[in-house]
Amino acid sequence: MFYTAIFAVLVALALAVARSLKGPTVFDRALAGNTIGTLAILLLALIGFATGRPEFLDIGITYGLLNLIGTLAVLKFFRFGDIGHDDEEEQST
Amino acid sequence: MMSEFADILSWIALTVGAFFTVVGALGFYRMPDVYTRMHTAGVIDTVGAGLLLLGMILQAGFSLVSLKLLVLLALFFFFSPAATHALSRAALHAGIEPILHEPEANENERR
Repeated sequence: MFYTAIFAVLVALALAVARSLKGPTVFDRALAGNTIGTLAILLLALIGFATGRPEFLDIGITYGLLNLIGTLAVLKFFRFGDIGHDDEEEQST
Repeated sequence: MMSEFADILSWIALTVGAFFTVVGALGFYRMPDVYTRMHTAGVIDTVGAGLLLLGMILQAGFSLVSLKLLVLLALFFFFSPAATHALSRAALHAGIEPILHEPEANENERR
């Protein structure tokens, strides 16, 4: 039954990748990247269970923590053109 | 007896979670603009991931593995709304208008 779920997650992953290639704006691509990250975590956990090695969950947790940071960094880069910026600049916009 | 009950329950959770994951991804591919796509990405992040992880928790029983799965579940529940909020705020700031009216002759389903 894990293989059913793995297949479903792989189909969803293919659709998300298609959207990220097709997406008209950069936000579509950032959102697709976030979704691909979520699906990759699920895939890691499911493969770990299917092969009887749940140690993959640690990698999944790390990937989940990096996923939010990555999305926020991409958004900040496209909003300000820079990852580090001043607070006053944000106040004035 | 008890373990078979948990087995059946986890099978149901995994199947329904897989179904919602595919439905969310299908909507994510088909929706017309970025805000509606965020909405369907939320289906994957809440129902899909939640039910899949619940199925795995039932399969793992009371152990360290299920604790890790619970941490992953909490991670999804806190980080996915944060990321979606940041995305929609950035998209609004960049001047992308949400679709507020039904476009004529369009068959977009309301889910």
